Amino acid sequence: MPGPGQADRPPVRSGYNPSASGAAERDGPLSRPPGIPRTMGGRNQFGSPSSQGSTSQERSPLSQGSDGQKSALVRPYAVTGGRTQPRYQLQIEAMVAASHYGARDLSVLAPECQAILGFCRDWRSIAEISAVLRLPLGVARVLVADMAVEGLVRVHQIDHAHGRPDLNLLERVLSGLRKL
Amino acid sequence: MDFASSKVAHGDVSETAMTSVKIVVAGGFGVGKTTFVGSVSEITPLTTEAIMTSASADVDDLSKVPEKTTTTVAMDFGRMTLDAGLILYLFGTPGQQRFWFMWDDLITGAIGAVVIVDTRRLADSFPAVDYFEAAGLPFIVAINGFHGKFPYSISDVQQALAVSPDVPIVCCDARERKSTKSTLISLVEHAMAMQMSAR
Repeated sequence: MPGPGQADRPPVRSGYNPSASGAAERDGPLSRPPGIPRTMGGRNQFGSPSSQGSTSQERSPLSQGSDGQKSALVRPYAVTGGRTQPRYQLQIEAMVAASHYGARDLSVLAPECQAILGFCRDWRSIAEISAVLRLPLGVARVLVADMAVEGLVRVHQIDHAHGRPDLNLLERVLSGLRKL
Repeated sequence: MDFASSKVAHGDVSETAMTSVKIVVAGGFGVGKTTFVGSVSEITPLTTEAIMTSASADVDDLSKVPEKTTTTVAMDFGRMTLDAGLILYLFGTPGQQRFWFMWDDLITGAIGAVVIVDTRRLADSFPAVDYFEAAGLPFIVAINGFHGKFPYSISDVQQALAVSPDVPIVCCDARERKSTKSTLISLVEHAMAMQMSAR
């Protein structure tokens, strides 16, 4: 496939400067639209209700209220009662497993929640729940967070308050990769 | 026989915690992200979909589907079990790089990113490089050698991408498990080196 880069020399990136001419030179739809900060519309597929939002929800003390989460609506969230914001933040790779829910009557749960329980007999990530059960990512997050609060599932995720995985964990990843 | 020891009762998930980590795989459209993920994943890559609402319609070009108020963003991912309590997920970034809000979500807590480049279309990788640089995420550049051809030298690519000399640039064949694996190892080593130098 011939591309614009198929010249004698590869094209040269002008370093990080999103508002400079470099952005305009990049071809077409793959380039970042100039002047749009990267957080714009951030996380809005599961975003909080904004001033124009029509969802009713309670704000979780654990939810992140920062960095301009603005969004509206969304019909796919019917199953969550219109809530688009999970009761607490779940990483896309957070691991979920069904709890020992004992004698609880699970038939009162929404079909989606029953499906999550059935699927999470072994540890599964939010991403897998979303992909395999065909739930939009944001919906899966809301449901799993609710179920965790109800004690139906256990969730394990790294506390990202510290940013990146620490050295010990990276060591473990490295040795795991080398053994594969 | 050792059935007894390997048997794990269903509904009785091991009490030990399961830890998960992720690596982001980025690059231009058709550069081999899904091939890369698929070559090491223990599952056929899955696709998760996120919904983009009308709120970002001004960002997205919906002119071709004017009646549409939401659109979905698909992300492919794969999974690798690294040890009994550790799983690595590899997430391909959405093909359309205008979906930056998904990237913000993806890089949170990530080990780092692999930017796959096709030297015939090097410019396609610029947005990803810009993004990871600005986000301070450890990343490496993997030149995907289609048919084993690497028409430009690593230093050509390093210059053209204008990345710091500290950013490793490796050649890989996204179809080859071994090659993909060693690319991931390079990234993890780079992430560790960055942490140690920051101390």
